[in-house]
Amino acid sequence: MAHVWRMIAQRLALGFLTLFVVSLLIFGATELLPGDFAEAILGQSATPETIAAIRRDLGLDLPFHTRYIGWLSNVLQGDFGKSLANQQPVIELISKRLGNTLFLALYAAAMAVPLALILGILAALFRNTVFDRMSNALALTSISFPEFFVAYILILWFAQTGYFPSIVRFSPGIGFGESLYRSFLPALTLTLVVTAHMMRMTRAALINLLASPYIEMARLKGMSPMRVILRHALPNALAPIINVVALNLAYLITGVVVVEVVFVYPGLGQLMVDSVSRRDIPVVQAVALIFASAYVLLNLTADVLSTLSNPRLMHRR
Amino acid sequence: MTKSITRTGLTRRSVLRGATALGAAALILPAGMRAASAEPKKGGILRIGMGSGSTSDSLDPGSWADAYTQVFATSRHNYLTEIDADGALQPEIAESWEASADAATWTFKIRQGVTFHSGKALDAEDVIASINHHRGEDSTSAAKPIVEGITEIKADGSHTVVVTLESGNADFPFIMSDYHLAILPAKDGAIDPASTDGCGAYVLDSFEPGVEARLTRNPNYWKTDRAHFDGIELLPIVDGAARQNALISGQVDVIDRVDLNTVHLLKRAANINVLSVTGSQHYVFPMDSRAAPFSDNNVRMAIKHAVDREELVEKILNGYGTVGNDHPISTANRFHAGDALEQRTYDADKAKWYLKQAGMDSLDIELSVSDAAFGGAVDAGVLMSEKSAAAGINLTVKREPADGYWSNIWMKKPFAASYWGGRPTEDWMFSTAYKSGANWNESFWENARFDQLLAAARSELDNDKRREMYVEMQGLVRDEGSTIIPMFANYVMAHSTAVVTPEKVAPNWTMDGFRVAERWWFA
Amino acid sequence: MSILISIFWFAVAVVGAMALGWLFRAFVVAVSPQRQAQEMRTAPLTASFGLLVILIYVLVAALAPIIAPFGESEVVGGEFLPWDSTYLLGTDNLGRDMLTRMIYGARNTVGIAFTITALAFFVGTVLGLLAAVVGGWLDQVLSRSVDVLMAIPSLIFSLLLLTIFGTSVLSLVLVIATVDATRVFRLARSVAQGIVVMDYIEAARLRGEGKWWLITREILPNAMAPLVAEFGLRFCFVFLAISGLSFLGLGIQPPTADWGGMVRDNATLITFGDLTPFLPAGAIALLTVAVNFVVDWQLHKSSGLKE
Repeated sequence: MAHVWRMIAQRLALGFLTLFVVSLLIFGATELLPGDFAEAILGQSATPETIAAIRRDLGLDLPFHTRYIGWLSNVLQGDFGKSLANQQPVIELISKRLGNTLFLALYAAAMAVPLALILGILAALFRNTVFDRMSNALALTSISFPEFFVAYILILWFAQTGYFPSIVRFSPGIGFGESLYRSFLPALTLTLVVTAHMMRMTRAALINLLASPYIEMARLKGMSPMRVILRHALPNALAPIINVVALNLAYLITGVVVVEVVFVYPGLGQLMVDSVSRRDIPVVQAVALIFASAYVLLNLTADVLSTLSNPRLMHRR
Repeated sequence: MTKSITRTGLTRRSVLRGATALGAAALILPAGMRAASAEPKKGGILRIGMGSGSTSDSLDPGSWADAYTQVFATSRHNYLTEIDADGALQPEIAESWEASADAATWTFKIRQGVTFHSGKALDAEDVIASINHHRGEDSTSAAKPIVEGITEIKADGSHTVVVTLESGNADFPFIMSDYHLAILPAKDGAIDPASTDGCGAYVLDSFEPGVEARLTRNPNYWKTDRAHFDGIELLPIVDGAARQNALISGQVDVIDRVDLNTVHLLKRAANINVLSVTGSQHYVFPMDSRAAPFSDNNVRMAIKHAVDREELVEKILNGYGTVGNDHPISTANRFHAGDALEQRTYDADKAKWYLKQAGMDSLDIELSVSDAAFGGAVDAGVLMSEKSAAAGINLTVKREPADGYWSNIWMKKPFAASYWGGRPTEDWMFSTAYKSGANWNESFWENARFDQLLAAARSELDNDKRREMYVEMQGLVRDEGSTIIPMFANYVMAHSTAVVTPEKVAPNWTMDGFRVAERWWFA
Repeated sequence: MSILISIFWFAVAVVGAMALGWLFRAFVVAVSPQRQAQEMRTAPLTASFGLLVILIYVLVAALAPIIAPFGESEVVGGEFLPWDSTYLLGTDNLGRDMLTRMIYGARNTVGIAFTITALAFFVGTVLGLLAAVVGGWLDQVLSRSVDVLMAIPSLIFSLLLLTIFGTSVLSLVLVIATVDATRVFRLARSVAQGIVVMDYIEAARLRGEGKWWLITREILPNAMAPLVAEFGLRFCFVFLAISGLSFLGLGIQPPTADWGGMVRDNATLITFGDLTPFLPAGAIALLTVAVNFVVDWQLHKSSGLKE
């Protein structure tokens, strides 16, 4: 167990390093983008004098390293600054949206992960049957449609008929059940988008093991195929499955901007894209750090779980 | 109305003296004078789905740039003047105004008894502070160039404001209706740009940028015949399909920027009206007149003749617009040239002829486009490229990233797409984008005769002479200018049949001149 | 009732596809030499259907200028004309022939997607295997860099890079390939790490075989199965990435026809029940399913399962 703790500590330290590099990269990339906040906010109405005035006001005329170091030292003291665009504290802007993003990600995951595992196990069990082929073909079809297209189809079927709302509005004081109802369509869209990947990995990982001698042995002993898969194959196939689930969870948190746009869902992705296009660096940086932390933490969790699920890795040396 | 001010009948005198002759009577009548049967009803919450608005929207009047912030601002603020549905100027916070003989000094009488939402009474100090917010060395406002002509602005008593201009400008009161120049409460001689306080029709309840804004009716609103809704909800719904679906499924009552590809399908939906207003909004393709080959007017004329305007209106606007004649003055303007200038049409032979004049057999050019310039700009470029090939012009369409388009492409690349919302007066439009050296002269075109006419027309008293000059200027821009203006795009909106609009909807901006919240009501 | 009809047509389509697959398999078995024929005979119907579809796509892509009835960007008539004998699939929003756009779309989209996927797999696999075999500081540097790149959401990453470098086909290919290569790298590295500790690798090392020999002769063949499975999905994700980028206005340059952009351009029609956008979307889906059917067959063969 000790080396698991050591691994966690080491990975967390590396995680902080990753966050630092990400912040530097994003800051640099935003710097390289054509135009800065002053030009972006004024757009077609920009004049040299007003641009200069905005830069003076916000300290955008300072050199790159000065601004980055200033930002970094503030962040290390827990101050993420204010949005350049509307002067709201970044923490305030983000906290509510982070909640919404996590809610949608968990909602979609709660539907997608069990569905993918069950379908994957059944497909491995009934491999090469009509069921296997059909569920595969359907899952593949659903991921080969772009997200916005899946969303439009669901809107056509479920929103225009009045079953579910096509845009998500969280009015103050609505209950949990109502929130689930209102955000059903985006969650369903995301479910359709991520299920196939996890399902196919589950199926592949299981089938990969089915030819192993110990599985052969279990089968020869007369165990039912279902039992063979659940008791013998699945535990050994967990590592790749956990990894792909983690990857998809990270996607659900960080990559859903298109779904947010179509359903007008107030999440972090939309905030990130808007802030990039306005060059609102404090907000861009904060959201990028949240995304990166989500990725680092999920990755770490996946590795820890894979280690715990594998006795060989647990008792190494 | 005893003395109706209409688009054609607007005299210089009436602008100069404003509404003094009309007095309070003008205020009782709504802008669009409706049939008595359609008496507005009070009540209901209007939910508006806008095709713009983002998480970086701010309350600072200097930063308002898209229709979302503009409608939002106009719902909670008032301005010195207002442009009515006929394009005529009406008094708002300024009860009346008067100009000196040279039109360089303007005296605005501020309306008595107007209060802000906070209860503070409005006076001249508030007006001065609100306009000064956009002026001065340190101004970060997008409206700075608009108010640059003001040299001094001061109060004369508690309810009179005197503005001195650099040079005479007969249209100055029009400028005071600009959406940036909202009147906010002053504190110690300055406004607080983060303040939500205004003196408009609705009071702000909550605002979450990029998500929604909620407003309720101002119970003390001084206009008793306006603001019929109990409240307003403004939602940014940037995706076109999402916006239409929200309307179809009844989650919003009004949307703007209807997707023109599917507007014919939306029309078939029950309980939905599509509202199309011919306005001054136009789509343009400026060419950098300083750079070869565009520095040669023959080349410019060749390209202008190689554009199939009818096809663009047909396919890009789906018929919701009118062809342009390479000048920026719309039929909604007072001095539109009309038949005085022949409509330019697609003519490959003429284009070739002009190319020959320039000493060329063929021409290779690159057009930078992005849907950030206007919806359908990329497709418009593709169509232009197909049609100009017949004239020996090889037009390569380059799609640029929407992100950073205005700072990186526009006025940087020699040939690019752009758009103008249009301006209520000819002078405003011309001096913004066509005067030599103007900030937003996107084609860098310079013409001495044009500049001379522009200055003369600005302080000309005689309406007929003024018309003559503006028509000549339109001709100059059309035949010597460096901007292709192939189409005027309608403002296309849609609303549920439960919503009633005035008989005439204003063409100066989208959403009834941004005043949807004030002018419309529920049946 | 309408559901029953849809199910009926769906069943007809499935049966038809399998029948095509059967015919194609019989044809290939008949015309090919002994060894390939043997291999093909064991192919399931789904796999032979998949092969047939891939073959058709490749042919269409290669012969696009010959088969297409009109020029790629030629405006032939009014916008949104219905399907008729001249314009078999009608016209698009600018009055260009839809069938022609679909055919050229095959060429551009499949070509670009294949280039990107191949590039991503080449770079990702080589670096991943190297990291696993060499280990030490190289592994650390590569893995940490990939961690950083993966910690930035791919859409944001592409948005930033494409805005900086412009949206030429080359930068599109490089950017998406970079994003995908990080994913391939992780997979290749983790698979190879499981292999390098095996006894036969140790033996080869002791024999004094070079690293390159180890990678190409020992590790790669044994790591093939998961990599092939990933290839099937990555190929499809490239289409999605391109169409996601065209949602943000950063896709392939006009007037080049590409399916992702065509879905985007016509997508709003679907909310009115108009099926036009299903043409390009369906073309992508069909190819994805076909590729993955073939991948499944290969996986099954390499798993050693007999039934």
